[in-house]
Amino acid sequence: MADIAELRKPLEAFEEQVAPATRVRGYWQSVLYRLRHDPVTLAFGAVVLLIVVLAIVAPLVAPFDPYKESIVGRLKPFGWHEHLLGTDELGRDMLSRLLYGGRVSLLMGVVPVLIASIVGGLLGIVGGFAGGRINTAIMRTMDVFYAFPSVLLAVAIAGAMGGGIGNGMVALTMVFIPPMCRVAETATTQVRALDYIEAARATGAGPIKIIRYHVLSNVLGPVFIYASSLVSVSILLASGLSFLGLGVRPPMPDWGLMLSTLRQSIYVVPFVCAVPGVAIFVTSICFNLVSDGLRAAMDVRI
Amino acid sequence: MSFYILRRILYAIPIAFGVSVVCFSLVYIAPGDPLQTVMPPDATAETIAIVKKAYGFDKPLPMQFLIWLGRVLTGDFGMSISTRRPVFLEVSEALANTSLLALFAVPLAFFTGYVMGAIAGCFPGRWVDRLVTGAAVVGVSLPNYWLGIVLVIFFAVEYMLLPATGMGPTGSTGFHILEWSSARFLVLPVITLSMIPVGILSRTTRAAVAEVRNQEFVQTLRAKGLSEWAVTRHVLKNSLPQVMAVMGLQFGYLLGGSILVETVFTWPGSGFLLSKAIINRDVPVLQGTILTLSLVFVATNLVVDLLQSLIDPRIRRA
Amino acid sequence: MTVIDRDNTILGPPALDPRDRGGPAQPMLIVRDLKKHFPVKGSRGKSVQAVDGVSFDVTKGETLGIVGESGCGKSTLARLLLHLIVPDAGELVFDGDAVNAPDGIRVDALRRQVQMVFQDSYASLNPRMPIRDSVAFGPFIQGKRKPAAREVARDTLRKVGLDPELFGPRYPHELSGGQKQRVNIARALATGPRMVILDEPVSALDKSVEAQVLNLLRALKRQFNLTYLFISHDLSVVRYISDRVLVMYLGRVVELGSVDAIFDEPQHPYTRALLASRPSMDPARRIDEPPITGDPPNPIDPPVGCRFHTRCPFAEPVCRTRDPALGYWQGDKAHAAACHMLDPRSGHRRSRDA
Repeated sequence: MADIAELRKPLEAFEEQVAPATRVRGYWQSVLYRLRHDPVTLAFGAVVLLIVVLAIVAPLVAPFDPYKESIVGRLKPFGWHEHLLGTDELGRDMLSRLLYGGRVSLLMGVVPVLIASIVGGLLGIVGGFAGGRINTAIMRTMDVFYAFPSVLLAVAIAGAMGGGIGNGMVALTMVFIPPMCRVAETATTQVRALDYIEAARATGAGPIKIIRYHVLSNVLGPVFIYASSLVSVSILLASGLSFLGLGVRPPMPDWGLMLSTLRQSIYVVPFVCAVPGVAIFVTSICFNLVSDGLRAAMDVRI
Repeated sequence: MSFYILRRILYAIPIAFGVSVVCFSLVYIAPGDPLQTVMPPDATAETIAIVKKAYGFDKPLPMQFLIWLGRVLTGDFGMSISTRRPVFLEVSEALANTSLLALFAVPLAFFTGYVMGAIAGCFPGRWVDRLVTGAAVVGVSLPNYWLGIVLVIFFAVEYMLLPATGMGPTGSTGFHILEWSSARFLVLPVITLSMIPVGILSRTTRAAVAEVRNQEFVQTLRAKGLSEWAVTRHVLKNSLPQVMAVMGLQFGYLLGGSILVETVFTWPGSGFLLSKAIINRDVPVLQGTILTLSLVFVATNLVVDLLQSLIDPRIRRA
Repeated sequence: MTVIDRDNTILGPPALDPRDRGGPAQPMLIVRDLKKHFPVKGSRGKSVQAVDGVSFDVTKGETLGIVGESGCGKSTLARLLLHLIVPDAGELVFDGDAVNAPDGIRVDALRRQVQMVFQDSYASLNPRMPIRDSVAFGPFIQGKRKPAAREVARDTLRKVGLDPELFGPRYPHELSGGQKQRVNIARALATGPRMVILDEPVSALDKSVEAQVLNLLRALKRQFNLTYLFISHDLSVVRYISDRVLVMYLGRVVELGSVDAIFDEPQHPYTRALLASRPSMDPARRIDEPPITGDPPNPIDPPVGCRFHTRCPFAEPVCRTRDPALGYWQGDKAHAAACHMLDPRSGHRRSRDA
């Protein structure tokens, strides 16, 4: 039992003598710190940045007009007349079409994931926080869409709507909303059961304030990690849709579409025909590895 | 235990219902008049009127859905616009051909992926692990149809070892699986189709094996004096359920992903049928194929879940 | 009315809080017949009777300790008092005003005057929020603007002994258990409550840190004229800090009285068994037989009659059929117990000698 004389001392006696040992570093700062010291992720992140920059400045960098056809210069191999990567079946420069095609591919990779994160994330947070019947209703609806394999669903929606870049993006967004919703709902349900949420309720905070100040900051992490891993999937799916004729319409350059139209010509210039696939592969794998690195940096239990 | 089975089966029914609703509405998100989408362009006015009544396009939406559902349950999926044959027939023939691919792709993918992942999981951190993990990442980042094209370039164009497209020298009708002249058409499509499942399965297996190895009972087994090989057998057995669950999902991928691969190899399966239907704007075929494929997927997931609950008793109580 | 501190210091009349409505004689909190049953998923009709008819008063300025084993309903009771869980039945009267009644006090007004300190589990503080923001959240919600709320947070942190410049910007994972618990206390005090409910506030701490925090709590109570409701399963802690003690078993109150009365002259067989099960510091005094055996029965299917009869060495047929009433037997107006052995009209053989 404590000494009774202790109690008579003024409150200064309770001053905490032990200071915390670590430097002040918030969560996001520690994430950046880990990333800075991860060479693999940084390297691939640089490649991603390069791809993005090239796509943006394509009009400035492309050596030729991607739409300019040439009857004479069709299906020429690497290096023919300054066409570094050859020409396609209509005589257009492959390199320029690759650069321009990157814009479309990146767009169709990022935009659907972004929209799906917002919509799916919101639905998941609402469902996870509300619980009960609302949650069941939302999740069961998502389960129906989960019952379709993703390629099939994308093809179904894009196919029914008639193709085109807009419809393709709509289709991909619909494919990604259910998994994003699930990730957000799981995270929200976990957070909701914790004590600090109850403490916030005990001060009289309503659900909106609680979500804004306590739930969001803890759910954003998992959602972001998952979204970053979806970008490479989206790029692959988008190119697949274009390959089937459901995405971009000719003559607009798009990597998947280029692979499709060049297929007939593999007996003539096989390596030129394979080039768009290399672009898809490189972009996709870089996004994949960067996303893995982000997950490693962010998913640490503190 | 049978209670769980019953519950699981009952749960699949509203999902199947939801799937049919989505498929039904595909016709309605198509641009233009839904009636026009199911009719060939040269239909006469009286044919249109007959079909309109039969399909019930003049009735309210929920009514149309029920009519459609009734027809579907009796096997009437409508008529293909391009070939004028019943959709049901087209789909079942195509599905049979795809199943042939899946029949070979599934064991190949499972075996290869599992072995790769198991080896990587048993030697974590070593070069074998890095190699397998790297191969898995490559596998899921590669567009599989592009791999198909590359394989065709390599084996068919440059070296002429295997055929580039088609199913058999005389098409699907003359296909004899036991003869090499037919069977050689299977090789490239099957390999291409297994690529992504191999990537995903090896990653999953590796994670499962590594996780099980770290559990305490493994150390107990070693302490009891079991040989390393016997311990490994236990580890593999325990990691199997997790892998099987993912395998079930991969079957669904094969159903969907077959679209791209079959298009590349002109294999007359359900995927190719879908691809043709898209080009021809043949909505009845589109609808029928998607409905069939997704219902097969739902059924597969159900079977996999039930099998899992038989193997892993922990799941039954959930 | 004079207030006498635990160590028998006469402190004089407590300063009256400007928010006081009922006066010093009015209990801070009156709880009557509070009930909360949780339906069990799957089994129709069955429910977990977490809190089943609990009644007691809390005097202004006192520390009421609530003791009981795990599963007796203490934590549920704490959350019911703040309306974090809505009661199924029963009355709550805070300083003379009925809670959630049309002419009484609203729940959010109640929460400005009553706050709660949680057990230091790993997630009692938001891991993504610096300490000062966690503490400032309460005042911010209750109307202050952000700078003013931060100022209040700084003050409160200082009062619990944490330097706000040093600890304010830190995150929970950088603090030790004792420091985090001080932050929990600061968070509860930041909104300026008159009554604080403490749910196992020291259970997760090491013994040395536990003593510091308990002393801090006592000093804070004096300085800010607080009333405490202290929930714990640790008897020695409850003895140290409480003025009165309430013993709970399976959702019911079995005994209620001053701390000395409960610890020196327990009336209920359950209380006696609890007290007897504490190991003695004297190695010469050893217990050979466990004073209490068996597991607490399932709260889903509580025994009919007296809830304790399945483990009570003195159980008789009347115990298996009738609920004992919580009454003031033995002439002491302040010491109540719910046992047939004390009720002369119960028919229990031992009650005749009571």
